Amino acid sequence: MSARPRTLGASVLLGLLAAVVTGPTGDSDEPLRAAWDSIADVRIVLFLGLAVALWLVLVLGPRLRGLVAAVTAPPRRRLTAATLTMTARRSVAAAGRRGRTVAVGGGLLAVAVVAPLVVSTAAQQSMVNDIGIYALLALGLNVVVGYAGLLDLGYIAFFAIGAYATAYFSSSTAMPWHAPFVLNPFFVFPIALILAALAGVVLGAPTLRLRGDYLAIVTLGFGEIIHLVANNADGITGGARGAFGVPHLSVHLAGVDYAWGIDPLPYYYLLLVIVVGVMVAFGRLERSRIGRSWAAIREDEIAAEATGVATLRMKLLAFALGASVSGFAGVLFASKQFFNPQSFSLQASFFVVAVVIFGGMGSRLGVVVGAVVLQGLAFYLRDKVQPADRYIYFGAVIVVMMIFRPQGLVPSRRRRREIELSEAGVGAADSLGSATPTVVRP
Amino acid sequence: MGAGFGRVFGGLGASSTSGGGVGSAVPGARRPGPGEDAAADLVVEARDLCLRFGGVTSLDGVSLRQRRGEILAVIGPNGAGKTSLFNCLTGAYRPQHGTVTFWPTPDRPAQLVGRRPHAITRLGVARTFQNIRLFPALTALENVQVGIEMRQRYGPLSAVLGLPSARRAERDGVRRALELLDLVGLAHRAHEVAASLPYGEQRRLEIARALGTGPSLLLLDEPAAGTNPAEKRDLAGLIGRIAATGMSVLLIEHDMGLVMSLATSVAVLNFGRVIACGTPAEVQRDPAVIEAYLGVGDDGPDAGGATGKELR
Repeated sequence: MSARPRTLGASVLLGLLAAVVTGPTGDSDEPLRAAWDSIADVRIVLFLGLAVALWLVLVLGPRLRGLVAAVTAPPRRRLTAATLTMTARRSVAAAGRRGRTVAVGGGLLAVAVVAPLVVSTAAQQSMVNDIGIYALLALGLNVVVGYAGLLDLGYIAFFAIGAYATAYFSSSTAMPWHAPFVLNPFFVFPIALILAALAGVVLGAPTLRLRGDYLAIVTLGFGEIIHLVANNADGITGGARGAFGVPHLSVHLAGVDYAWGIDPLPYYYLLLVIVVGVMVAFGRLERSRIGRSWAAIREDEIAAEATGVATLRMKLLAFALGASVSGFAGVLFASKQFFNPQSFSLQASFFVVAVVIFGGMGSRLGVVVGAVVLQGLAFYLRDKVQPADRYIYFGAVIVVMMIFRPQGLVPSRRRRREIELSEAGVGAADSLGSATPTVVRP
Repeated sequence: MGAGFGRVFGGLGASSTSGGGVGSAVPGARRPGPGEDAAADLVVEARDLCLRFGGVTSLDGVSLRQRRGEILAVIGPNGAGKTSLFNCLTGAYRPQHGTVTFWPTPDRPAQLVGRRPHAITRLGVARTFQNIRLFPALTALENVQVGIEMRQRYGPLSAVLGLPSARRAERDGVRRALELLDLVGLAHRAHEVAASLPYGEQRRLEIARALGTGPSLLLLDEPAAGTNPAEKRDLAGLIGRIAATGMSVLLIEHDMGLVMSLATSVAVLNFGRVIACGTPAEVQRDPAVIEAYLGVGDDGPDAGGATGKELR
């Protein structure tokens, strides 16, 4: 009971903080003046209103959820019959779930198809360059972080490898260093895929024996190395200037002649097809023996090893798969727009991790939604706040999210269970991979 | 089941009966005497295992043999080295000295020391853990599937493309997992999350998962720990049923009732050494065992320590 006034207080405080943060910039002579100005402003009404709304959601949310669940959830019967009838029932339940998945997926797909037609060209550009590419990146990182439970903080390095491979193979002018022949960017896709996967294996083979934090540090270093090489190897990559004039994608095959150009829409639909394809592919992977071994590794690596799962090889597979998706995205990115090493900074790596965690680790739809929301937020804030301030908002959104919904926007069922269990003190998987398991004896 | 009944040498290296068994535990144990015919169908033989952690000696020249189809129980006071022995057999620890030979089939011996745990499981040695280690957020069915599927060969590409071979393997895996769940009496729990099962059922689920890996030797680390009498009875029945299929079972257990009723032979560990071995009845009568383990004296653990030293 006493939690309610406290929650209200916290919400109001949050509102005041938001008012101060978004208010006028302060002056070093009168440091508190700006804070006072923003609190005394009319806008405070808006912020306090939001705070109360937040409080209402927090207090009423659980009840509403219970109500909603009671209405929508099918009655759950205890399964006591023999094995056969049970599997039959389960397949019915699975079919029902599948039907719902198809319906929701179809609806979202329709929205995704129509959405770019009703927004401005700038928004379309953002939907391709930011949302689409990052959705693809997040799907790839999801395999590493969400499925295998490995924290990779240098993930953007593989993206850079894909992008620079494109510049190397598909243009003789983009970088000082280039291939002796020029390939259509489409042919670079498989090359970049393999290069990135190889880089993943080369990085992973010696480091995947490390656990949790150590792996994160190593990958962080790898990301920085690639970033710095791209930035400093002037004679090879063009250095900080970046790579200019990578050709757009084009198809000249069997009478079909099509070239992607400045217009973002064709790129958008290409990306949409790729993202949906990757989602379907990874969904099948997750439900296969491979996905189950990843889940086993994530939840209890020692038990997985004792159950015969070749843990090192499976982790390497996850790493290579994630890396190859990243390299693939790099090709798309490079052929779409100009890029320089700034695109592959540490911040970009963190951003992908944030998208995955925000959207819901282990959930394909979740990470795509995460990319849409976070990059959408970035686009929305673009003209409204100073670029340097933008990360304050990201930070705030993610902090709030982690407090109230640590499993992410659209969590996967398995992952949600794991988080619930680890909060109850059972099981190994915390929010990031496997720690020493502690099984509580009743 | 009957393979080891009544025969004198049951579980141990070198000579068989309790008094002489002590000799066999000395580091550098000789080859088995002539009494142990080479035709004895062994499933696993540990020879002279030494395991030290810094200054602590956990195993001090342990030799142990188990015949195919036998239920061999390893007993001993806490800290005697039972779980260390298991960990050496399954590759979780690497002993500083000694060998472990395992016969998946009688004509194909394999050396276990130095292999990674998953490779040992692949050879056919499955285990459970003293503290249950299920995959807590997976369902009971999925837990067992993981064990079964590690023998399947289809790769990521077949899974993504949904090739018929992958689909068939998947179906076979589910069917086999349901059979195993049925065997351990958990068929009705197949789709419940492992962590939500009662303790005794988690124990049985862990056994089902181990069986899923298709072992020829099953290592059970205190399967009855923390279970109530009814669960214990069920468990004894289950282990008996499993052994009746010809499975070799190596069992660590504290519950003497369970050990005496199930095991075809018993080995007693104390302070990292085998102090006795033989049939349950023989071991029960053995004065060294009575002194060291069953604890007739009331001098506490120190007495046990002294006994262990004297026995050397």
